[in-house]
Amino acid sequence: MPSMNIADFKPTTVYAIYIAATPEKVWQALTTAEFSKRYFFGNAVEIELKVGGAYIVRQADGSVHISGEVLECDPPRRLTVTFNVNWPALIEKLGPTLVTWEIEPGGDAIRLTMTEAHDRPLDDDVLSGGRSGWPAILSSLKSLLETGEPLAIKMEPPKRMLEALKKLGIATPQPAPE
Amino acid sequence: MSKPEFVYTTYIETSAEKLWQALTDGDFTERYWFGHRVASDWKVGSEYRFAKQGNTTIAGKVLISDPFTRLAYTWDPCSPEAKRERTSRVTFDLEPRGKAVKLTVTHDNLDEGGKTLRDISGGWPMVIASLKSFLETGRELPGEVMVKPSCDA
Repeated sequence: MPSMNIADFKPTTVYAIYIAATPEKVWQALTTAEFSKRYFFGNAVEIELKVGGAYIVRQADGSVHISGEVLECDPPRRLTVTFNVNWPALIEKLGPTLVTWEIEPGGDAIRLTMTEAHDRPLDDDVLSGGRSGWPAILSSLKSLLETGEPLAIKMEPPKRMLEALKKLGIATPQPAPE
Repeated sequence: MSKPEFVYTTYIETSAEKLWQALTDGDFTERYWFGHRVASDWKVGSEYRFAKQGNTTIAGKVLISDPFTRLAYTWDPCSPEAKRERTSRVTFDLEPRGKAVKLTVTHDNLDEGGKTLRDISGGWPMVIASLKSFLETGRELPGEVMVKPSCDA
């Protein structure tokens, strides 16, 4: 991977959510497969918690869905990773994706802010996947930490994103039959 | 929708009926909306107001009232600074998704760089997070986040 400068990346999607939990609990939920499988559509997060460490998200069948590298790691406050979906030609066409999670304590609740950033302008259709996915993922994370149970939301990638990626020559998985 | 707009989406494990009640019933808003109690008959064209300890904090007119689906009202904050801005608008869209409801709050007709845009960008995530906690756990989030001058002064 070419060397990366975080300063070259501009935020395209920011989502903040308040959760009645400790910063440590939220950090654990972001960085362990045990938790992520429950709120992140069955995906298992595997992370080597140090700068330069690997960041992997595996689907329920064991295949690698997202791969990246840890760029900032300050438990339980701030984590930045490259977050590259393994669809053929995606990284060549769109460049790397950066995701930062920031946890700010505040009394009995914390504020978790997720920022997705890119090093080049991308259109709203391409960005619609993250913009629709993150609110669902992080709403489910909040439910899991506050109630013990995640939300049961079925999410499909937005059609407008799939069409935009197809036009760019990026192969995306076929939607599962109903 | 006119720019700039602020859009915030969350998913809440509840029914559209309960979520509608939570948005429109003062007994509910007083709990999760940090003490702000809403009152209106929720007919299109009617007035509504939020009050905290009897002092009006936000007021406006009901624009859309489709029970359990869509609610919209004008948003008239009571600070003198915000009074100089154009009147903004809030729309709540409720969409059932299995055992949860997708709630989208769209706040538009805002002044670029204005006080209202600044306030609501910080405020909605807190109010909506507290609403979600309240409906899912029975406990709202703690804390005061919307300190506003009163309209009644």
